[in-house]
Parts: sequence; C-alpha cells; structure tokens
Amino acid sequence: MDQSRRAFLAGGTRLLVLSVPAAAAWDYVARGEASAAPDYQAASHWWAFTVDIDRCIGCGKCVRACKAENDVPAEPHTFRTWIERYAVDPLDPEHPRVESPNGGADGFADVAGSADVKTFFVPKLCNHCVDSPCVQVCPVGATFDSPDGVVLVDQQRCLGCRYCVQACPYGCRYIDPRTHTVDKCTLCYHRIARGLTTACCEVCPTAARVLGDLKDPKDPIHAFLRENRVLVLKPNLATGSKNYYKGLDGAVR
Amino acid sequence: MGGVEGFIYPNEFELQWSVLIVLYPFITGLVAGAFILASLERVFNVPEVKPTYRLALLTALAFLLVAPLPLQLHLGHPERSLEMYLTPQPRSAMAMFGFVYLWYLMVVLVLEIWLDYRRDIVVTWRESRGLKRVVYAALALGSDNIDERSLRLDDRLGRIITIIGIPSAFLLHGYVGFIFGSVKANPWWSTPLMPIVFLFSAMVSGIALVLLIYMALARLRRAPIDMPCVDTIARYLFYAFLVAFSLEMLDLIHRLYEADESLKALDFMVRTRLWTSHVVIQIVIGTVVPIAMLALVQVVRLADRWRRRIYAVAGTLTLVGIFAMRWNVVIGGQLFSKSFLGYTAYKLSFATREGLLPAIALLILPFVILAALVWLLPPWPARGESRDDVAAP
Repeated sequence: MDQSRRAFLAGGTRLLVLSVPAAAAWDYVARGEASAAPDYQAASHWWAFTVDIDRCIGCGKCVRACKAENDVPAEPHTFRTWIERYAVDPLDPEHPRVESPNGGADGFADVAGSADVKTFFVPKLCNHCVDSPCVQVCPVGATFDSPDGVVLVDQQRCLGCRYCVQACPYGCRYIDPRTHTVDKCTLCYHRIARGLTTACCEVCPTAARVLGDLKDPKDPIHAFLRENRVLVLKPNLATGSKNYYKGLDGAVR
Repeated sequence: MGGVEGFIYPNEFELQWSVLIVLYPFITGLVAGAFILASLERVFNVPEVKPTYRLALLTALAFLLVAPLPLQLHLGHPERSLEMYLTPQPRSAMAMFGFVYLWYLMVVLVLEIWLDYRRDIVVTWRESRGLKRVVYAALALGSDNIDERSLRLDDRLGRIITIIGIPSAFLLHGYVGFIFGSVKANPWWSTPLMPIVFLFSAMVSGIALVLLIYMALARLRRAPIDMPCVDTIARYLFYAFLVAFSLEMLDLIHRLYEADESLKALDFMVRTRLWTSHVVIQIVIGTVVPIAMLALVQVVRLADRWRRRIYAVAGTLTLVGIFAMRWNVVIGGQLFSKSFLGYTAYKLSFATREGLLPAIALLILPFVILAALVWLLPPWPARGESRDDVAAP
C-alpha cells in the first residue's frame, strides 16, 4: 500500500512536471501551419507575382481583402499591399503626380486632367526578392527566405530595430503598432500552402494581379512572361525582385 | 520644416530611426576619437599629450558604456537584443557590431585601463581600510604584485593592447559608418566613403571632447592648464578636421558632379529642410568656423589666455558640428521618400521613449559615469593626498 502510494505520488509529480512543457508544446502543435497543410512541399514551388498595369482599375479590393485576410492594422499607413495612381504630364515626365489615399483601399476620386496627361494605377507589394536587402541586414535572422522563394518574418524573433525597413527600397515594410515587430506581405503563405491563391489575387476583378509558380511547368505565368515585355521595380538595385509588371512606365519609382 | 510634400510611400509617414539613433554614432564616435587621442602618446610617441592619456581612456570607457543604451531604448523588443549574440546573422552589419563592441569594451578598453592603473590600484588598496580597501582589492583582482618586473610587463602588455586598440577603434566606428553606408536603398547613405567619413569625424569629436573635459577639469581643480599639451591636442584636432572636412566635401562634390537620379531629391532637401542643420550648423558654424579658429592659432602667436579661450570655443563648436553631421546623416537620410517624389518631416517629441528628454539624459549620463570613474581612478598622478599636482609637462 505504502509502496503503491509512493509510486502514485512519484508518477503524479512526474505527470505534473511534464504536463507544463507539454501544454506549452501543444500550443505550438495546435498553432503550427505545417500540420494544416501536410502535403505542401516548399522546395517544389518557386513563387512569383505578375501585375498587368493596363488591367488595374484602382478599385482597391485587393487592399481591403489583404487587410481583412491578414489582420493588417486599419491605420492609413500600414499596408501589405497598396495602390498608387500616377499622372504623368508629357511636358514634365520627371515629376509625375502620384497619390495613394488610404493606400487606394477606398478607390480613387476622379480627377479632371488634360487629355495629354497619362494616368495609370500601380499596385505595390513585397517583391519577394531573391537577393533581399531586408534579409541581408536583419541582425537576428528574423527575416528569412523560405525554400519556395517567399520572404517571411518570424515575429517571435524580430527585435523591432527597423533596419530592414530602411533597407527595403520599395517601402514594403511597416512596424505593427500592436506587436512592435515588423510586418509585410507573406504572399498569404497560409493560403498558398493549402493550394489557394493570395487574398488580393482572389478578389481582383480584372485579374490584374496573378500569383504564379515558376516551378510548375503548367502554370500560366510562363506564357505571361513569354508573351509580354515585363519589368521589375528599380531594376538598377539588383534585388532580384520576383514581381513582374507588364506595361510598367519609366516614371514609376 | 513643413509636413509631407509630394508623394511618399505609405510606410514613410513616420521616421524609422529617431534622435536616439543620432546619438548612437555620435557617442561611438566620441569613444573612438578619445581612444585614438590616448594612443597618440602611447604608440606614436607624442609625449606632450600625456596629461590627457588617462582622462581620454576614462572618457572613452564612460561613453562606450552608454553607447548601446540609445539602441536598447529604440528597439521594439529590447528583451530580445541578446539574440544578436546568441543567434547572430553574419551577413548583417548590425549583428556584427555587437561583437565589435564587446571586443572593444572588454579586450581593449577595460584591459588597457586596468593595466595602466594597476599600480595605483594596488597602492590605494594597501593604504586604505574598510570598504574602500575591499573595493580596490576587487579592482586589483587580488593581484598585489607591483615590483619592477611586473610593472614593466604591465607596460609592455599595455602597449601591445594599444596597438591592437587602434585598428579596433577604427573598426568600431568604421563599422558604424558601414551600417549606414551599405544601405543601397538610400542614396543619401549609400557611399563607400561613409565609414571613413565617420572615422575622421569621430577622431575630430573625440579629440575635441577630451580637450574640453581636460580644460574644464583643470579649472574645477584650480590646477594650471598644461599649455604644450592643449596646443598639441589642438594641432591634431586641426589636422583631423582638415581631413574630415575634405572627405565630406569630396562626397558632396562627387554627388553634385555625378548628378544621378537621386540628386534632385537630395539637392532640394539640402536647400530646404536640411538648410539650417546641414549648411548653417554643420558646415559653417560647426566646421568652417572652428577650422578657421584653429588655423589662426597655428599662424598667429597668441597669449595663453586667448589660446585657451579659442580652444574652448572651437572645441564646443566642433562637438555641435559633429552632432549636426550625425543628425543630417540619420535624420536627413529619412526626410526624402525612396520614391524620390516627396519629402517628410521629423517631429521630435519631448517626454516620450524616443524623445528629446531621454536623448538629453543619455548625453548627460556619460559625464556622470566619467565623474565616478575619475573619483575611483584619478587620472592625475596622486602624490600623497594632494590631487593638485599637475602632470609633468
């Protein structure tokens, strides 16, 4: 009796001691996205993004969908994706008039302009560069490249030093005021790992934005890149951007 | 100053790096400069500056201890900062700075100061009692051997450490320059000249600071100022200043002549938002005026009293100028949009975590630490109880 009580107490203590880390570990297990998409093989994908400038109508659906899908703060300066409207006057092409009210989330008001002024919309988002300056500068490796070509941030590791925000030439990163860590487009990683497309592409009414997998020979992105003249933003900076713009004007920065 | 003008990317509505990040290169620069002044005597055989040798080392230590604090205050998660040492990302300039800092603090500065003071520490340990005795025994690390042979060994080791220390001081501040100079997204920062510009401006600011502290302490102690010493320091300040200014002008002229796509944005900024801090304060008041004052001393024979006054004013203007230079790099580099199509403004708050108040506190703190260090380890030769002895000229 005495013996079994001791065994019971010892076993119970052991259970109690072990259950604390087990409970903590279970949190991770329950939260882990990997188990949510068990069949996803990161190494067999290589994600890229295409934007057809001529198709974008500046409706702002992508901006709203992104904010809703990814719990992006409502502030008018925190965006994982946003839209800029350019107005280029042929007499002064060096100084285009650019605006992005609330990141274009509410669309754009009509402007009365002369017929000679060229206007167009430019959707922006993280370029998921192959040689990302942001990944390079992160002092703790919180920003990293995934094997499928997506630049991601480990929020549990980020110091909030903002060096990556300085290093990104495209303005794609912001500090989340709730977590004090950096945030940016993840290409809706939680969706693409399940075989879905990004939220912004899902809602785009004109298919101006399309996510593509360069490692999938059947993906229409191959035809798009073959049949169109495409350009990346700021090619002189050699960041290896994977966002390909069709019809990008030289005035766009 | 004005608010936002033209188009800026959404995330540029606030500056990422505040006045605290201005303090960081300013303070590290003072450390590197003070150390290089100290090494003048030890390695380059400039005996005139000996009265400032120990003071320069203590100044470097006091400021080095404060150097990481503005960074800590700035971080979104300071409690994770140790990760820079535990899981460093070797490709990151910022991560490697942590190691350069530790190396410099522990291997160079603390060791050199300890070796230089060891004899004094042991003597004080032997002569005192009570708590003071315990403190100095701890400082001596329990070693009380100060015979001729061991002191000679101290001196030789100290010299070796100083020799290692000079490239380390260069590395420390050159590295700070590299953190900015290697950001290709920002044309105001991105130049290979940045580390070397930072280095020479560091020397300038560190030398000026030690000169000012030395003169102020002499006045406080009512001790005469060693004129050959301050004359020599002022001469080195003048030389370093000429090199620093030439490098900065080279950078400016190169930008103007090359006139790449960023020039219009940068040029406009210097003419408007940075006019006061860059042209008026940094270049005119903080560089040209002190250089002219120091040059005057080189060519005209002035009375001691006048030279002292000139050194005090020129030294102060120098520190203002170098602070403005750090401001113009850090803040100036964030006032224009990376789209080159617009400008933003910096709103300096007061009593916030990254406001003016903590910045002022962080600039006062090194002087408090220095006072404690000077009290603990008097930098002047302590003969008997009298501290009024002037160091040998």
